[in-house]
Amino acid sequence: MSLPVKHVLGILADNLEYRRSVIPMSAARATAWARGLDIPFGGETVLYTGQMYQIIPSINSLSAMMAKVENSWINRFMGLGRLANRIIDLSWFMTLGVGKQQKEYNGILRNIALILKSAGVEFGYLYSQDLYSGALVFDEGIDDVFRKQARRVYDIFKTNGVKQVITVDPHTTSILKDVYPSVVEGFDLTVKSYLEVLAEKNIPCRRRLDMDLVIHDSCVYTRYLDVVDQPRKLLQSACATIHLPELSGRLTHCCGGPLESLFPARSHEITVKRVEQLAECGRSAVTMCPICLACLKREAGDKIDVKDISEYLYDCYCQPGK
Amino acid sequence: MLKTNPAFAASVKTASNFNAAACINCGSCTALCPLGVDLHPRTLFRYVLIGAEEKLLENTSVIYSCLLCRMCEDNCPADVPIAENIRSLRSYINRTRFGLMKG
Ligand code: SF4
Ligand code: SF4
Repeated sequence: MSLPVKHVLGILADNLEYRRSVIPMSAARATAWARGLDIPFGGETVLYTGQMYQIIPSINSLSAMMAKVENSWINRFMGLGRLANRIIDLSWFMTLGVGKQQKEYNGILRNIALILKSAGVEFGYLYSQDLYSGALVFDEGIDDVFRKQARRVYDIFKTNGVKQVITVDPHTTSILKDVYPSVVEGFDLTVKSYLEVLAEKNIPCRRRLDMDLVIHDSCVYTRYLDVVDQPRKLLQSACATIHLPELSGRLTHCCGGPLESLFPARSHEITVKRVEQLAECGRSAVTMCPICLACLKREAGDKIDVKDISEYLYDCYCQPGK
Repeated sequence: MLKTNPAFAASVKTASNFNAAACINCGSCTALCPLGVDLHPRTLFRYVLIGAEEKLLENTSVIYSCLLCRMCEDNCPADVPIAENIRSLRSYINRTRFGLMKG
């Protein structure tokens, strides 16, 4: 049995339309990662998170719940769940008990901001106005709700005088760079992922990594955005030895993440397969997308250690040499 | 019996970027797809092109199970925008069957 597609999509669409994110969260939680970093508000260049890393702990709780519901009788009552969700924000329950994970994902955003700073990139942040881009709703084909969100996000950028946007994950990058221009009239922002920005900077490595790393490329970075060489260049300049599974670069294998909300069991099978492919090449795998990270980490067990690329980049480009 | 509705293909195309005219039905897309034989983009596209709406809707779960990973597109000799086509089919179903859109 699979989850009732119509009702699950209905909940995601309602959340985005009425609460501005597929997994709503308070501004305090969404911006907690930036506390103490002295990032100015706004400016012509902003670091835009699109809340992707911040919502992963809630997505993890949601996936665990969906996997239980997928083959149970509760499945039939998902329609009622959608009605209830219109009145009470059910995703709030997903935030319970995720403190440790939240800290970990916030840490990734802090790393990214600190690496950019140490590379001399000047940027601001829109804090409570840094909204979700609408990526998932676009992928699921709920076009009118997506269009409204795109307009809302773009208007915030324009009102604040933003000209360049630095993104932190592939999904948000692709949505802003490739999709917004087709749905928002007059779209004129320059969009680059932080990996592209850093690779252009040729920053010197302060601390050598001297380790073997297996790269798990993101489908969206490689096949949608042609971001393949940049992460390799950054890791190689830090003296990491890179290992690539047979399916990598433009032929990378999906992590299974995009199916999590509708077909958890199928998603799980794909992730397990990918973990095996990575484990054949080494013990330490690097991801560059919060969805890949969450999925692969969940299934990695003791086969491989999975970390976001920013953890390694922070170590070699921000920490003093040993 | 396979029922066809000529207006169906037009309706999918008008509301989205659906474009499968170049598909030569070679099956290369399925060979690389992480979902394997569970997902046959070419069959879904044929249903649209011949106006077989009911057959397409029987495949609703399949349509939503595509990862949009574009692995297939790297292997397609005819440059068919496979993932965007599948996304367009979702959009069609959301609009006409799920009541998720007003348009
Ligand atoms: S985009 Fe869909 S059809 Fe194409 S390879 Fe990925 S899962 Fe298969
Ligand atoms: S690979 Fe391209 S041309 Fe061949 S069946 Fe798939 S979509 Fe059609």
